[in-house]
Order: sequence, then C-alpha cells, then structure tokens
Amino acid sequence: MSPVLLAAQDLSLVLGGRAVVDQVSLQLQGGQTVAIVGPNGAGKSSLLRLLAGLREPDAGQVQLLGRALGEWPARDRAQQLCWLSQQGEADGDIAAQDVVRLGRLPRQGLFGSLDAEDSAAVQQAMAETECKAFATRRLRDLSGGERQRVLLARALAVGASVLLLDEPVTHLDAPHQRALMRSLAARARSGHAVAAVMHELTLALTADRLLVMDQGRLVADGPPADAALRAALVQVFDGAFSIERLDTAAGVRWVSLPQL
Amino acid sequence: MTATRLAWLLLAVAVGLAALGLAAGSEGWSFAWHDEMNLITAIRAPRTLGALLAGALLGLAGALSQGLFRNPLADPYLMGSAAGASLGVVLVLAAGGLLGQEIGLAAASSLQRVGLVGAAFLGALAGMTLTLALAGGAGRPMTLLLGGVVVGVLLTALSDLLILASPEALRGRQIFLLGTTSFFGWPAVAALAAALAVSLPLAVALARVLDALVLGESSATSLGLRLSRLRLALVAVVALATGAAVAHAGLVAFVGLVAPHLVRRVVVVRHGALLALSTLAGAVLLLAADVAARSVMAPRELPVGLLTAVLGGSYLLLLLRQRSRL
Repeated sequence: MSPVLLAAQDLSLVLGGRAVVDQVSLQLQGGQTVAIVGPNGAGKSSLLRLLAGLREPDAGQVQLLGRALGEWPARDRAQQLCWLSQQGEADGDIAAQDVVRLGRLPRQGLFGSLDAEDSAAVQQAMAETECKAFATRRLRDLSGGERQRVLLARALAVGASVLLLDEPVTHLDAPHQRALMRSLAARARSGHAVAAVMHELTLALTADRLLVMDQGRLVADGPPADAALRAALVQVFDGAFSIERLDTAAGVRWVSLPQL
Repeated sequence: MTATRLAWLLLAVAVGLAALGLAAGSEGWSFAWHDEMNLITAIRAPRTLGALLAGALLGLAGALSQGLFRNPLADPYLMGSAAGASLGVVLVLAAGGLLGQEIGLAAASSLQRVGLVGAAFLGALAGMTLTLALAGGAGRPMTLLLGGVVVGVLLTALSDLLILASPEALRGRQIFLLGTTSFFGWPAVAALAAALAVSLPLAVALARVLDALVLGESSATSLGLRLSRLRLALVAVVALATGAAVAHAGLVAFVGLVAPHLVRRVVVVRHGALLALSTLAGAVLLLAADVAARSVMAPRELPVGLLTAVLGGSYLLLLLRQRSRL
C-alpha cells in the first residue's frame, strides 16, 4: 500500500447554520488520482479548502505527511501541498510566464530568485499544459482556456506531493483535457497524491478512485469498478445519467450516458 | 517596449522637464541660468525637485494600492488615504494655532515637519482602514471605490469643521483643497527624498506579494505567504508615501491613478518593475503638471492640483467607460 500523504478525520464545516462539510474522513495516498464528484452545493470546493488548510474546520483535523496542518510552517507546507482555485479569482496584468513562476515562490521565498531547478520546473510545467506559445502575454488578455492552462502550469510547477485541484478541466478543449489528465496520471505514478473536483463525469470515471459527495457528506469512496460506488453516483445526481461499461482494447472503461 | 527602455525614456523626459522647471519663471521662460542663479537655487530648483519627488511618491502609492487591493482604480486620492493625511495635517496646524505656535507650511522647522509628515502618515492609515472597513475588505472593486469616496467626503468635512473652529489653520489649509507645488523649499525636498528613500526599497522588496495576489487571496495564502502581516506592511508603505506627499503638496489628485496605468499600457512587467516605473512616471507627470501650471497663465499661477484633477479625472472617466463596456 502506498503511503498516506494527506489524511482527514471527521471534518465538519458549518456555514450559515448548514453543515457544508459533514463529518468527512478520507485518506489520499501517493500513486492515486482521485476525482471528487457530486451535485452543485455538495461541499466539494469547501472540502478541498479544508484539506488545503485555507479554512479552519469547525470540527476534525487534517494531517499532511503525518503532521497536523496547523503545525507546518507556512512555506514548508506550501512546498508539499498545492491548491488550485476555480478560475474566477485570478486576474492581472503580469505575463503568463510570471504567473507560472509564482509556483516556485514557496521554494524561493519572497526575496530569493529562480535557480536552475526552479526554471526547469517552470519550463516543464508550461510544456505539459502547452502554454509556451503565449508565455509573454498578459494573463488578462488570454482566453478562458489559455488562462486555465497557465494556472494549471502554475500549480504543476510547485512540484508538491499533494495536489488539490478545483475543477481543473474547466474551459479546456478535448485535446487539452486529455493532456491534463495524462499529466495528472503521470504525477500520480511518480508517487504524488492528486485529487480534483470534476464535473465532467466520463473524465472523472477515468480516475483511480472517486469520492462521491452529497449535502456535505461523503456518501461513497472507491474505484469506478465498484458497483455500489457507481450506483451511489447515479443516485446523487438523481438518475440524470446512467453509467455504461465499455470493453476497449486498453481495458474496461466506464462512461456516463445522459438520460433525457 | 522593454522596461529598461521605458525607464530611460522616462528619465530623459524628467531631465528635459527639470530644465524647463528651472527656466519657468513668472516672467516667462529664461534659460540664462547664470544670471538667475539666486532665483534658481532658492526657488525653482527646490520646487522642481519637490514636484519630482512628490509625484514619485504618489505614483508609487498608486501602483502599490492597485496591486494590494487588486483594483485598477485604486489611488490614494480615491482610497481615503489622501483625505486622511490631509486631516492629519490640518489637525497639527490647528493644534499649533491653539498653542499660539503658527506653523507655516513653507517655513516649518524640521521638527514641525516631522510632526506634519507623522500626522499625515497616521491620517492616511486611518483613512485606508476606514475605507476597507466600510467596503468590507478589498474583494469588490466598485464597493471599495465607493467606500473611499465616502470616507474622503467624511474626512474632508471633518477638516472643514476644524478650520471653522480654528481659523489659524486656514492659511495653510487652502493648499490642501487644491494641491500645490508652490511651497516646496529645500527642507521639503529633504523630507520628501527621505520618505522616498524608505518607501521605494521597501515596496520593491515586497513586490512579489503583489505578484502572488494576482492569483487571488486564497491562492496567495496557499503559496505560503502570511498575507495578513504582509498586507499590513504594504498598507504602511502606502500610508508613508501618501502621507509625505500630502503633507507637502496637499491633495494632488489622480497622479497615483494615472502613472501605473500609463506604465501598464506600454509594458508587461512584474510588480517590482511596475512599482519602480510608476514611481518614475508619477515624478514625470507631476513635474509636467507643475511646469504647465506655472506657465500657461504666467505671471499668474494655476494650482497644480486643479490641473491634475481635470486631466486625471477625465482619464478616470475614460477608464470607467472602457470598463463598463467590458
């Protein structure tokens, strides 16, 4: 069994009298891609923020590499754990490549400068998300998809052991979705833990493991091959789709089929 | 254009304007400098240098505010910090009047000058804090702007009240209504230079925080930055730059808004370079306005703040129009 990199115990978050996250326990192992799925308002993004230490839970705790999140010095933690927000927030006039370089800030510190290792990580991340072509353009002037690729490169450039990504495939076209899924799978294979909130279910079903959320609770946790998990998934989405088995040359695939 | 080339260009314009500044007198232009050496060293040189330095501080304060509040419309004049600084100065002047110690802005002693800048600094801090509290943080650009305007009106009214109560402060007060470069002497130049020497390096050292804020506050935090602490330090630098400029030049509007915009229009740079270039651009803008204010109606002089308010205000209108179309 791969080592547990991030572990959450009985996490709860109450907002406006409602349990947005309700007693969630989970573990993220290295070597795994995990898709977090569930209907709107199920608490996926809030859970991700709790796991990233950006919000204090009302109950429960999170451990990163066996040590409580709160005990980590901010910079050390940022080197081990990377969080990517939904796109809306980022905006500004700095160049795309400077945005990606921010991924190395936890290693450099505020007053350091990029060394050869940093530059290599930045170049590698930009190559993976194919954003070198617009490296010198302003973030503000990029299209939604280009912007998302820059922000993804920023997240990949950190080189953290745990990646928590909120809707990373938003705005991406099919080739770039594929490229991203491959990048994430490759990171997982090299020992990182990758968890991403996903709305595109057929893509989510390619993950090693799915976490199904509904009304703040974690209602199912397992691989897509698990029939009980698939049943739970269809149920929380009110039967809006079915999940079909597809036998391909590369093995078994699970696809979602809208029920109109 | 590259950042280096823009820096050289701004420097060249600054030198050219400085030459004009030394030549602009109440009787028209005069480049026979050796004949007017006394006039130049006593009046025109400190005034020219003072305009450069005050403009530099305003440009810096504007670029810092825009990055810090993630708001392209932020400006000391619009954020309540300039009004707060001006209230601080009026308070000191009124207190001086009460104690029977009238403080002239042109001829303040160095101790009095430290008091004026200190009061302006505290006033600027208070103004910004009020604005942020009123707007519920820096999250919504237009709300922040509105908060700043409300705080500006409120603090200016307080200043007016003080002046009614203490007419001694009135003489000094007039310049704060309009903004002027005409009181600059060598002591003012020294104080402004000191403020710039402290605030510019501090600002540039913290520039990467502003880069990270481009991603949003949560993302900046997730990069390991201790935002609450860093934000406080940056607010203090804005207050120092604004306070020093306002204590000497009064309410000069919009230099802080326009300078960073012009820079961003020409180059794509990180905040380190943006802060340095906006400082230069602010210097050039205020000196250009000063030279124009001295010469368009010579021998009479326009208050420079009037000129920047009209030009800068029109620029703000243009920006708002562009934004609403987006």
